Amino acid sequence: MNDPYIARNTRLGACTLGGEAIIVTPADSHLYSLNSVATCIWEAANGQSRVSQIVEERICAEFDVDHETALSDALAFVADFSGKGLLMTAEQPFDPAHVAQPFPETPNG
Amino acid sequence: MAELLDRIQERALQLNVLLNLHIDLTYRCNERCIHCYLDHDSSDELTLADLERVFAQARGLGTLFLTLSGGEPMVRRDFFPILRSACAHGFAVKLKTNGTMIREPESEAFADLGVHQVQISVYSDNPGTHDRITKLPGSFRRSMEAITLLRNHGIPVVIADPLMRANIADYAKVQKLAEELGVAFTFDPTITPMINGNIDLSDQRITRTALQKLYSDPNLVGDPAEFCRPASAPDDLHENVPCSAGHNAAYIAPDGSVTPCVQFPYSCGNVRDESLSNIWRRSPHMLEVRSIRLKDLHTCSSCDLLGGCTRCPGLAFMQGDLRGPSSIDCEKSEVRFSRVPSSSLVQISMGGQL
Repeated sequence: MNDPYIARNTRLGACTLGGEAIIVTPADSHLYSLNSVATCIWEAANGQSRVSQIVEERICAEFDVDHETALSDALAFVADFSGKGLLMTAEQPFDPAHVAQPFPETPNG
Repeated sequence: MAELLDRIQERALQLNVLLNLHIDLTYRCNERCIHCYLDHDSSDELTLADLERVFAQARGLGTLFLTLSGGEPMVRRDFFPILRSACAHGFAVKLKTNGTMIREPESEAFADLGVHQVQISVYSDNPGTHDRITKLPGSFRRSMEAITLLRNHGIPVVIADPLMRANIADYAKVQKLAEELGVAFTFDPTITPMINGNIDLSDQRITRTALQKLYSDPNLVGDPAEFCRPASAPDDLHENVPCSAGHNAAYIAPDGSVTPCVQFPYSCGNVRDESLSNIWRRSPHMLEVRSIRLKDLHTCSSCDLLGGCTRCPGLAFMQGDLRGPSSIDCEKSEVRFSRVPSSSLVQISMGGQL
């Protein structure tokens, strides 16, 4: 898939903390902490947007990066995380009933 | 992994993010453990709708680690709808259960829902000893069956071994059992007073001699010399907090009352009366607990064992002083940090019945 729709795996534990997404996997309890760009992709992975759309609307709007570089990096991230089972990818939008709930705003405590 | 987790916990503590939430779904239980701190009358429990509201609020507060416990949480008829809702909210759900109600369908459901960890108490490798503690005949067999089923479904299991006079002789065999089963093992020598303040349970506490043996057992503590070496006090007593309770962690009782920790019955409000967010951010009691620094502990701040002490503010509170020492932890620190002649430690480390 060149430019898939992406959705967070619903079986993960996740939150944002100080602008970083924190993810815990069941079974092996592996812990991930994402940087701000990866967090941006993770939060936007609602099953209704393609990677290119997220890059254009979120990454390029919030970070000082050109579209080509951002898309390349984002696709590499998606490939890595879908390989680990953290993100799901598809050619079509996901059924909203089967994707993770909207990611909440980063709390201030 | 451990370093990253420490960093995340520390960050949440600095930001006062409620990263860790513990909810007891009920105080009812099918066991009657001799050391249990709960009163098993539990008539006024949060409903599924109440809990779904709490889950949504907790998610908004940044909660990641959600512990569901009891009593025995699985005695609730709506346990699975509650669990399903908790998992759907994106928490890393840890379940504390005695395991006696877990069969193949329940194990399969836990795996499907993505439960992150199940902790089951095992008091002995001897079924008779275990069942005498739980007062439920057959409980050892059923708990062990549950551990095997869960493990076979790939769910991380922790065997917890609360240590008391009735089972202190068996801890090494329970640890070996966990190893053979391929699951994690943890122990706790602290028997806390009952939640209603009754201290009768103190009779169950292990002796200082037994505690000395635990702290000199390399299978439990690693290098005993390192474990028992006094740590220096933190550089800045003004900034260091005594415990994470109320800083990045809180507890909700079955009736909805919120306290900083399950072991810290300082009521901060009730989720039936106000939102969890409001309690977390504005409760005077929660803010009071959050304001306390090591320098505010009138006795402990000048104690030379402060650096390595595991003082529990909840136990101190139950002893009557939020800023005072907890005698249970004083004793543990005294035993751990060389307040015992070295010759006795050598004798103790050679083993024998406790």
